[in-house]
Amino acid sequence: MIAFTLSRVLQAIPVMLTVALISFLMFTYVGDPVAIMLGQDFTEQQRTKLIHDLGLDAPILVQFARFIGNALQGEFGLSYRLSRPVSELIAERAPATLELAGCAALFALALGLPMGVYTGLYRNSWLSRVFLTFSLIGVSLPTFLIGILLILVFSVWLGWLPSFGRGDTVQLGWWSTGLLTLSGLKALVLPSITLGLFQLTLIMRLVRAEMLEVLRTDYIKFARARGLTDRAINFGHALKNTLVPVITIAGLQLGGIIAFAIVTETVFQWPGMGLLFIQSVGVADIPVMAAYLLLIALVFVAINLIVDLLYYAVDPRLRIGRGGH
Amino acid sequence: MLARALDSDIWHSFRGSPITMVSAVVALICIAGAMLAPWLAPSDPFDLASLSLGDAFKPPRWSDGGDPAFPLGSDGQGRDVLSAIMYGGRVSLLVGFAAVLLSTVLGLALGLIAGYVGGALDAVLMRIADIQLTFPGFLIALLIDGVVRAVLPAEVHDRIALLVVICAIGISAWPSIARTVRGSTLVERNKEYVLAARIIGVPAWRIMLSHVLPNVLGPVLVIATLNLSGAILAEATLSFLGVGMPPTQPSLGTLIRIGNDFLLSGEWWITLFPGAALVALVLSVNLLGDWLRDALNPRLR
Amino acid sequence: MAAPLLEVRDLRVEFPSRRGTLTALDGISFAIAPGEVLGMVGESGAGKSMTGAAVIGLLEPPGRIAGGEIRLDGERIDNLPYERLRRLRGKRIGAIFQDPLTTLNPLYTVGRQLSETMLTHLPISPAEARRRAIGWLEQVGIPAAARRIDSYPHEFSGGMRQRVVIALALCAEPELVIADEPTTALDVSIQAQVIALLKRLAREQGTAMLLITHDMGVIAETADRVAVMYAGRIVEIGPVRDVVKAPRHPYSAGLMAAIPPLAARIERLAQIEGAMPRLAAIPPGCAFNPRCPQVFARCRDARPVLRPAGASQAACWLYDDPAGGGVHG
Repeated sequence: MIAFTLSRVLQAIPVMLTVALISFLMFTYVGDPVAIMLGQDFTEQQRTKLIHDLGLDAPILVQFARFIGNALQGEFGLSYRLSRPVSELIAERAPATLELAGCAALFALALGLPMGVYTGLYRNSWLSRVFLTFSLIGVSLPTFLIGILLILVFSVWLGWLPSFGRGDTVQLGWWSTGLLTLSGLKALVLPSITLGLFQLTLIMRLVRAEMLEVLRTDYIKFARARGLTDRAINFGHALKNTLVPVITIAGLQLGGIIAFAIVTETVFQWPGMGLLFIQSVGVADIPVMAAYLLLIALVFVAINLIVDLLYYAVDPRLRIGRGGH
Repeated sequence: MLARALDSDIWHSFRGSPITMVSAVVALICIAGAMLAPWLAPSDPFDLASLSLGDAFKPPRWSDGGDPAFPLGSDGQGRDVLSAIMYGGRVSLLVGFAAVLLSTVLGLALGLIAGYVGGALDAVLMRIADIQLTFPGFLIALLIDGVVRAVLPAEVHDRIALLVVICAIGISAWPSIARTVRGSTLVERNKEYVLAARIIGVPAWRIMLSHVLPNVLGPVLVIATLNLSGAILAEATLSFLGVGMPPTQPSLGTLIRIGNDFLLSGEWWITLFPGAALVALVLSVNLLGDWLRDALNPRLR
Repeated sequence: MAAPLLEVRDLRVEFPSRRGTLTALDGISFAIAPGEVLGMVGESGAGKSMTGAAVIGLLEPPGRIAGGEIRLDGERIDNLPYERLRRLRGKRIGAIFQDPLTTLNPLYTVGRQLSETMLTHLPISPAEARRRAIGWLEQVGIPAAARRIDSYPHEFSGGMRQRVVIALALCAEPELVIADEPTTALDVSIQAQVIALLKRLAREQGTAMLLITHDMGVIAETADRVAVMYAGRIVEIGPVRDVVKAPRHPYSAGLMAAIPPLAARIERLAQIEGAMPRLAAIPPGCAFNPRCPQVFARCRDARPVLRPAGASQAACWLYDDPAGGGVHG
C-alpha cells in the first residue's frame, strides 16, 4: 500500500515538472515584463539594472530553479493587470470557486447516481426514457448555454434567483463563505446547477452503462440461479460491482468541474479563480495564468492520486496481490 | 453493392429508429444551411455597407414590431439574426470538422508509429499522451489558445484565429485517439500477415499504411464521429469566453456571447436563436453518433 | 420409472429474430427420476444449454417457452409467476455453470456468498449459515476451510473455484441440479476430480442431475441415462451403457464412432459429413437427413418421434416398428 502510494507520487512529479516548465517558459518568453514595468521612457542602464534585479540575466536553468522555488512558496509575483500579488488574488478567489465546485459536485452525484442506477435496472420504464432523453440533451448543451437559459427563466422571466455575483458572504478567518446567508445560498443555486448538469449526465450515463454490463455477467446469472431476491441481486451484487469502476471514473470527471468552473463563473460573473483566469487570458496577464496553471495541475494530479488510492482500497483483487495460484 | 448495403443490418437498424432518421435529416438541414449560407441566407450580415442602425433590435417576425425582412429578429447593429446564424453555423462546422480531422490524423499517425515502432519512441509518445490526458481536453485547448493569444499582437491573432482554434482543439484531442490506435496496432503487429510482409522486406511505412491502417480504422471512425460534437461544443465555449472566434468571423458561440449582453435588457432573441441552432446541430450529431456506435458494436448485434 | 422428479413434455422454446421466429427447442420430452443422473450430449448449438435454462426458468429474453410443460414433482413450473419461480431456484433446482472464473462475484468473500444463499432459502441463523458454509467447503475438498471461508474468489485456482461453485449450487439442498458443462473449462487433470466430487455429492444427497456436456467421456462415467440432442430435438435417449455401446440413431452412432479408440491404431478420425443446420435453415422431415448415411425417402418428408429401439428410444424412421424390433433389428 505504501509502495503503491509512493510509486504514484513519484509518477506525478514529471507531470508537475512539465507543467512548471510550460509555466516558466510562458513567464520568460511571453511579453516583456521589463518593458511593462518600466513603461515608455527608460534608459539602457535602467533596463540593465532592472534585468539584473529581477534575476533575468542568470542562466535559464537557474531561473527555472528559482521559479520552482518561488512557486513552492506560493510566490508568483505581481499581476500585470491588477498590480497585486498573484498569491493574494488567488487566495481571495479560491473559496468562491471551491464552494461552487463543491455544490456542483454534490448536485451531480446526488442526482446522477440514483438516476443512473434506476435507468440501469428498469430499462424500459417511461421514467427511464425521460431520464435518458434528458441526459442526451444535457450532453448536447454547452455549459454556458445552460447558464444562459437558467438565467433567462429564473432571473429574467421569473425573478426568483439572482443572475450574477455571490450574494452576501460571511468571512470566516481567511475563508469567505456564501453558505451562511440566504442571499448567498440563493446565488449558489443557478451556478451550481449549471456547473453540475454536464457532470450529472456523464455520471448517469456511466452508471447506467456499467450497470447494464454488470447485469449481463455470469455471476449475476449464477446469483439468479441460486434464487437470491431481486433486492439482493440488484443492490447487493450489481450495485456494488457497478460502483467500483464508477467511483474512479466519476472522481476523474469531477476534476472537470474545476475546469468548467471557468465557463460558469464567466456566465454568472462569479468572483472565483476561473473568472480571474479568463480575465488574465484576455490581457495576457502571464503571472496569473502561470499560477493558475500550476494550481490546476496540482489539483488534477492530486485527484488522480486519490482516485487511484480509492480504487486500490475498494477492489479486493488489487489489494491482496497476485495470490491464489 | 448498393443493394447489399440497403439490405445490411446497419440500414435496417437505421430505418427502424425514427429518432435516428429525424436527427439525420436535421443534421443534414443544419449542415446544408450552414455550408450554403452565402447562397441561401436572406442577407449578408458582414457586408457593413448594407447594415443600417435603423434596423437594430427588431424582434422576431411573429412578435409585435417584427419585420418580415428579419425572420428571427435583428441584433444591435441591424444584422439579420437568421443570416448570422447561417454564417456562424458555417464557421462552427468548419472548425469542428477541421479540428476532428486534425486530431484524428495526428492520433492515427502517432498511434501507428508508437504501436509499430515501439521501444523508446513509444514510451516517450505515450508518456506525453498520459501527461496530457491528466487534464481535461478543454483546458488544454484553452491553454494553447491563451498562450498564442498572449504571444501575438491582437490584429494578427484575429486574422489567424480560425487556424489557432482548430489547432488548439485538434491538439487537445489527439491522445485518446492515439492510445486506441496504438492498442490496435500492437494487436495487428503480431499477426501473421504483418510478419509475412516484414519478411518479404516491405518497408515499415508501407506496412503501416497499407496493412495495419485499414484494420485499425474502424473504431477510430466511431470515436471521430463522437468527437465531432465535442469539438463543436469546445469551439463554442472558447468563443463564448472570448478567446475563440472573434466578432469579425463569428461562430455560433461568438454570436451567443454577443447576444448575452442584451439578455437582461429583454432582447432575448439575439442570443437564444444561435443557442437553439447550436443545440440542434450538436444534438443531431450526437444521436447519429450514438446510433453509429451501437450499429457497429458487434456485441449488441 | 417411479414418479419422476422432473418431467418435461413437448417443450418448445422460440425466439423472435429479424428473420422471423426461430425454434431453438422443438418438442423436447424427457424425465428424470429422483437421484438419477441424466446426461445431455450434442454439438454446440444443439440446444442442450437452452434446455437447462428453460428448466430453471432463466431463458434469456427474447427467448421464451412457446409450448409444452415442465413439471417438478408433478407440479407445473414453467408458468409460475416470478416470485414463486425465484423461490424454487436454489432451493429445489440448483445450477452449475461452465466458467468458474466468471461465475463468482469477485467482490464478495466465498463465505459471504455461501451464507447469503443459505439464508435466502433455509430458516437458519447467520451463525449457523457460516458454520454450514465451512462444512460445505470441507465437503467439496477445500483445504483449511475455516480460513479460506473469508477468502475472495480470485484467491482460488480454477479447479478450487468450481468446487466452490458446486458448494454454492448444493448448499440450499436442491432436489435437482442442472450442471451445464461443469468441467469443460478446467484442466484435464482436474476434470476427473471435479466430476467424481459432483457424482459423490449428488449420490450422498440423493440429488438428481441434468448433466449437460459435449464430452462423452464424462457422460459415460457419470450418467445413468443419456439424451442425445440434435438441432433442438432429442434424437435418442436411453441407458448410458446401451446408447454408448449400441447407439441406434445414425447420429448417435456417428458421435460414438468419432471417439478415437484407445487400443486400435487408426488412420483418420471418423467424422460425420456436413454440419448441424442453423436454426433458420432446419430441413423438413428429420433434421439429420442431409447428413445421414442411412437416409431414405420417408426421412425427408416426415419428422420422426421417439420410438422404442432396443432398450432406448430413438427418433428415427429406421425404428418404425412399435414392437421395438426396428427395420434393422
